[in-house]
Amino acid sequence: MSKNNIERISGRAQDELRNVSIKAGVIKNADGSALIEFGKNKIIAAVFGPKEVHPKHMMSSNKAVIKCRYHMMPFSTDTRKRPNISRREIEISKVIREAVQPAILMEDYPRTAIEIYIEILQSDGGSRCAAINAASTALADAGINMRDLVTACAAGKANGQVVLDVDDNEDKTGEADMPIALLPNMGLITLFQLDGNLSKEEFDKALELAKTGCDKLYKLQRDALSEKYFNDKNGDKGE
Amino acid sequence: MKTNSVERKYVIPGDLVIEGEHNPIANVIKKGNKIISTKVGMAEIGYNGVKVIPLNGTYVPRTDDVVIGKVVDMNGFAWEVDINSWFFGILTGSAVFGRQFSSSRDSMKSQFNKGECLVAKILSFDRTRDPLISISGPGLGKIKEGEIAYITSSKIPRVIGKKGAMIKLIEENTGCHLTIGQNGAILLKGTDEGREKAKKAIELIGNNAHLSDLNDKVISLISK
Repeated sequence: MSKNNIERISGRAQDELRNVSIKAGVIKNADGSALIEFGKNKIIAAVFGPKEVHPKHMMSSNKAVIKCRYHMMPFSTDTRKRPNISRREIEISKVIREAVQPAILMEDYPRTAIEIYIEILQSDGGSRCAAINAASTALADAGINMRDLVTACAAGKANGQVVLDVDDNEDKTGEADMPIALLPNMGLITLFQLDGNLSKEEFDKALELAKTGCDKLYKLQRDALSEKYFNDKNGDKGE
Repeated sequence: MKTNSVERKYVIPGDLVIEGEHNPIANVIKKGNKIISTKVGMAEIGYNGVKVIPLNGTYVPRTDDVVIGKVVDMNGFAWEVDINSWFFGILTGSAVFGRQFSSSRDSMKSQFNKGECLVAKILSFDRTRDPLISISGPGLGKIKEGEIAYITSSKIPRVIGKKGAMIKLIEENTGCHLTIGQNGAILLKGTDEGREKAKKAIELIGNNAHLSDLNDKVISLISK
């Protein structure tokens, strides 16, 4: 797709992602970690575990418990954000947990907890998608058994046209925002949200766009892991 | 369908290792007739099946493994030993004092105190219980001297090498004695200089475990 007649505020093409870079293994004390820069978003995800469950009553005798905390730094937004966990953060924590959970082989880790800590250092639109990408890279970095990586990307509608990767501006002024997360190799969707209104055609188009965005991000996740473990930027798939 | 030679390739979770009738051994799942990796590592397709040798991850206790741990807690009946795994290893009083162990008669502190290190063997571990460990056996017991180096537990086979080649190489060149814990802890006994050299060799193995010319690299480091 070429540039459409209606320009996006950011100057991107309709099907263009923001600049994304992912780096695995950035935190020494964590079992696995990842830093993602997704446009202006800067997000660190750290994974601890499997470890003992506290409080003990949350323990599950046949599978792991997954805990997820999405937190924004006070300086991550334009006006200072109070450092307490807000209603919105609790919701996003839940949504992220449920997005990565299907990828983890929880039955391999009975009576344990896997903790995912996500810190937003700087926020732009689409931080939940960026956070999911970082979290799943960090999980793979921690060596937790997974069926697949989880990749997330948003599509939406701004200025009357369907666009990929909605940023903060388009989120506020646009008509719709639709973040999705999926398991790229298995083709399963694990997160699906939609704010705003889309017609049937627009919806189909947006879903298709979001999937192409996920494909691109999946490659970047691969590269980040390959670079750390195989000293190889191109992600040798051995084929 | 079985391949004749051992094939290797790098995989990350979700990668297709191979299609067809293969036997999944470790760190892979079977979906239809596809074998899919669940870890970052090196996939090996061999005679008896497919496995992925992980490059990271926490140590999973296995029965009869030798591990090196540190006493972190104790009560009247048992010591809790940190063995770099999900759970603490449990060293019961009766495993140390014998069958006549009585918590009122025997002083736990006379054997192990908090912070002391020990070489132990995993007696039993399954999905429902914490790992039980024991110190009865040759080479097992309290560590009185030496230094402990750490490495990711999945890289321990590379430290040992083919039929112990790598460990022999390090021992001969540094004059150190190495006790390897399967949990990723390695006890080094020897001179200060030798230990320092051995630690560097272990670090090198940790950073380059996936490369095939590891032996040459270690030789050039040690013989310097």
